[in-house]
Amino acid sequence: MMSSLIQLALTFSLLSILAVGGGTAVLPEMQTLLAQQFHIDHTQFVHIYSIGQVAPGPNMLMVLIIGFKVAGLIGAGIVLITFFVPSSILCFYAGRLWNHFADNPWRRSIQDALEPISIGLMASGVYAVAKASIISPITAILGLLALYFILKTKLNPVYVILGSGGLGFIYLRYLHFL
Amino acid sequence: MIDQPSVKQPKVALVDLFIEFLIIGAVSFGGGIIAYERILLIEKRKWLSVDEFMGFLAISQTMPGLNSVNLAVLAGDHIRGIWGALVSTIGLILPGSAFVLIIGVAYTNNNEHPFANLILTGIAAGACGLLAAITYRIGDQHWKHFKSLIIIVCTFGLMSIAKFSLPLVLLIMAPISIYLYRPNRS
Repeated sequence: MMSSLIQLALTFSLLSILAVGGGTAVLPEMQTLLAQQFHIDHTQFVHIYSIGQVAPGPNMLMVLIIGFKVAGLIGAGIVLITFFVPSSILCFYAGRLWNHFADNPWRRSIQDALEPISIGLMASGVYAVAKASIISPITAILGLLALYFILKTKLNPVYVILGSGGLGFIYLRYLHFL
Repeated sequence: MIDQPSVKQPKVALVDLFIEFLIIGAVSFGGGIIAYERILLIEKRKWLSVDEFMGFLAISQTMPGLNSVNLAVLAGDHIRGIWGALVSTIGLILPGSAFVLIIGVAYTNNNEHPFANLILTGIAAGACGLLAAITYRIGDQHWKHFKSLIIIVCTFGLMSIAKFSLPLVLLIMAPISIYLYRPNRS
């Protein structure tokens, strides 16, 4: 028990300081670490990730479910602290330093340089989630429909995701013989 | 940032700050928190100027951590120092944390329920579409910019195809990218 709590704390504080460009960038790394250390398989991971997308607030709060699954409420608490505190402290001090470097040309350079890297990492996040969630023709259709509706309409993404869940359920439960 | 000599506005109450961020944390279904934060900080309460907001947003995106949380840390610090940073962040993540915990407990207890798995299959496919859409939008101009595209493709390749670990990918790509974007390049 104690060792799995320590492992949770170490894993999520590492992920916290690696999450350049937001949480999506660490999804593949998180998926790999969780499979190795806590035997959370890719399907479970994607289900937990999806629950998080339906929740309000920052989009990575689903990490709490992982903590809960591994070690109950204490696990969730540890994940909450270790995933959010290290990066927040870094950002806090970066904010206070920001003014000192206001006129330094390297500030602009570093920001420009990190942007495409974080987009590449986000693309890897999409790939990791797709590998576990796009598993049949119907899921491919639902994924593409969701992509289309989110890019082309102003619908709230929550409705798109829930609609996808509803359509998937109806198809898999009642129309699967088609 | 904390010891600003000329405070124009009266001191913002910590409770006020907490409740405003708590509301954002509770109503921001479907993402777009940055937009809610922008409305709150610039328009609704006028705690930040547009310029200050854009500066904080840039730091939030450059530093590790979730952009919306980082923005709450920076805005909170600017408005009320370290305690402001703390209450803003807690307010922002509290409602969603309660939400995912309740659903997560249900999921963990009914892992093998066939109905739940069927719904989650469709939800996961939809969430994947959402993630692709967000990535496409955040990429914005970078998809058309040759230098950016090379870095995006290399980063993706090292991570997803070569399967390097994230720290290693950053160690390889960050120096290359910073070199390509160094100041005074012509």
